[in-house]
Amino acid sequence: MANKIPRVLVREQNPAIRATNFEEVCYGYNLEEASLEASRCLHCKNPRCVAACPVNIRIPEFIERISQGDVAGAAAVIAEDSSLPSICGRVCPQESQCEGACILGIKGEPVAIGKMERFVGDWQLENPLPTPHIASNGHRVAIVGSGPAGLACASDLARMGYEVTVFEALHEVGGVLVYGIPEFRLPKHGIVAKEIDKIRALGVRFETDVIVGRTVTIDSLLGEEGFDAVFIGSGAGLPRFMGIEGENLNGVLSANEFLTRANLMRAYDEQYDTPIYVGRRVVVVGGGNVAMDAVRTAKRLGAEATIVYRRSEKELPARVEEVHHAKEEGIEFRMLTNPTRVLGDEKGWVTGLNCVRMELGEPDESGRRSPQEVSGSDFTIECDVVIMALGTSPNPLIAATTDALETSRRGCIVADDEGRTSRRGVFAGGDTVTGAATVILAMGAGRKAARAIDEYVKSL
Amino acid sequence: MFEIIEKNVLAEGIFETKVYAPRIARSAKPGQFIIVRADKHGERVPLTIADYDAEQGSVTMVTQALGVSTRKIVAKEVGEAFADVAGPLGRPSDFVSEPIEELRGKRFVFIGGGVGTAPVYPQVKWLAERGVKVDVIIGAKTKDMLIYTEKMERVAGNLYIATDDGSEGFHGLVTSLLEKLIGEGREYDCCVAIGPMIMMKFVTLTAKKYALPCVVSLNALMVDGTGMCGACRVTIAGKTKFTCVDGPEFNAYDVDFDEAMRRQGMYRTQEQRALAIAREHAEGHKCNIGLDK
Repeated sequence: MANKIPRVLVREQNPAIRATNFEEVCYGYNLEEASLEASRCLHCKNPRCVAACPVNIRIPEFIERISQGDVAGAAAVIAEDSSLPSICGRVCPQESQCEGACILGIKGEPVAIGKMERFVGDWQLENPLPTPHIASNGHRVAIVGSGPAGLACASDLARMGYEVTVFEALHEVGGVLVYGIPEFRLPKHGIVAKEIDKIRALGVRFETDVIVGRTVTIDSLLGEEGFDAVFIGSGAGLPRFMGIEGENLNGVLSANEFLTRANLMRAYDEQYDTPIYVGRRVVVVGGGNVAMDAVRTAKRLGAEATIVYRRSEKELPARVEEVHHAKEEGIEFRMLTNPTRVLGDEKGWVTGLNCVRMELGEPDESGRRSPQEVSGSDFTIECDVVIMALGTSPNPLIAATTDALETSRRGCIVADDEGRTSRRGVFAGGDTVTGAATVILAMGAGRKAARAIDEYVKSL
Repeated sequence: MFEIIEKNVLAEGIFETKVYAPRIARSAKPGQFIIVRADKHGERVPLTIADYDAEQGSVTMVTQALGVSTRKIVAKEVGEAFADVAGPLGRPSDFVSEPIEELRGKRFVFIGGGVGTAPVYPQVKWLAERGVKVDVIIGAKTKDMLIYTEKMERVAGNLYIATDDGSEGFHGLVTSLLEKLIGEGREYDCCVAIGPMIMMKFVTLTAKKYALPCVVSLNALMVDGTGMCGACRVTIAGKTKFTCVDGPEFNAYDVDFDEAMRRQGMYRTQEQRALAIAREHAEGHKCNIGLDK
């Protein structure tokens, strides 16, 4: 019978201290804490959490294994549906997925599914399964991009016996897990590198510095290079800007640029050569996870940091936990505020951000109440850096250099539920198909595509 | 790893490095660039491609040692390797996709300033290999800083040299030499200028005077070089474009040069500080009050 104790709190770094370092914020559960939390699960007959998980992890089953002290068993249950539990446990928006559907959440606090998943994932990294010996089936698959979609697809295909090569445009493997999500939320050496090593141990080859569409093309991979199929998991693309006056002043940058300098290039570590500019006061425009990552990175680099978002706090698309952590760290939130102009000095450097106040009107087609300007409410926030975290538009590089690869009006690659594109032998999944979404959805798309690729290659 | 197979000093502080990068060598076209990271702590530095040889699998770059990162790049010797060389990036020059017959009827003048002369070379060579002879102007401060004159001589129709101090060729700026050539009756249909931003700005103004269409190759700041960061955005005909995916070559008349020059200076303070620290370290100075931290 389920235990009626409150949700087990997770240990975290003190906010005042962590706002000055890049160490991970959350320490995670130990076995004792995880077991105690596991005892809260009601084991519903019709588990709503499973239905709400984008990859339908059999949540009550793995929780049961934890409460039995069988962490290896829990890991095996998760592994059937997810290849990156230590990552998804950290970055999934649980409150709008599994935990959002938890019955316990109706009157109290939902079961901490994410924290338990993370515990199991981390345990598995520390206690790796022996690498299975897999006989090659003689078929070769190329994967474009080493982010969540590509990694998941590579891992599944390698287990089926495929010879897999992953091509990565940047100099490090991991995609958004490396260039986008900061160290304090997802440790690079401790977690991401270990997950990738597991995939490498399956025989997957990684080739960095290869920009598909430039260094090689989809056609040359299928042609001269002799791959039987290609999976495109190239990610989100080009950062969006608002199109307001002053956006090209010195000191205005995309969250992608700011985070890439900090995360991939490790600009905050003085051993590394890449510069980063934080100024004295940073304003980040946007309300998603990327905005939270940018504003908290700016804070850690010593700036006063503010979020400006045009809707209200309820509509913030970021994970609830990130918003909570950001507030604890002293980030200022200015809701219902929309920038209208970036102000600069005579030398072209940012001095401030002109904004208007907004109020919420009627719900729009997305169901969210659309923000409208309050006339005459102009005001200025003084700052020397403005970071735009407004999402991305698809990178046209692959579509433009691949014949007969259908794209949507928005420029995303068109693929069916199994990842099949308009080109035979070419599959796609993740943000490049859906537009910016989540790690778990990308991972799920990569796994589905792996099955479709297997089916396709066997039909040849 | 990308091994260095040849290295030459072209002028003081200017080095030519040939690196083994077979995939890039096979795909490179005139007008494109690469990103080089010297070692695991290095910055991703965008550099123009000075030559490529698919058979040998090599790509050649010409680098002027100015900051910490370019100094690291030129410090690498034959047999050593760069951590990363990625490319070819950017769109090839427009003429690459024009019909050869049309190109043969077109009168090009290429202008290379300083290290900007290097990326002019593969363009002129590509055209020469297809029977299109073009005029080339190479400019430098002084005779000793001229690069690629002999290589260019072999592929250019006419080669003209300009030095600011008159130590070789025409005494004056490349813009004055261009005006002189036009004044003497030479006619051009297209000008391609690559060099310091300030030179490209003034070549554009000169070209405009003669209604001569002009193309420039912008060397904006970049991090990834694949469209992801947006550091390289420039204003082209009033619209924001990304140099790495929309360029690096643009119609010169459309470029907001003043903004582009200002944006190049975005990290100048940090770069100068890093260089000063590196210099002091090289001289054996150890900061006791922690200013290098």
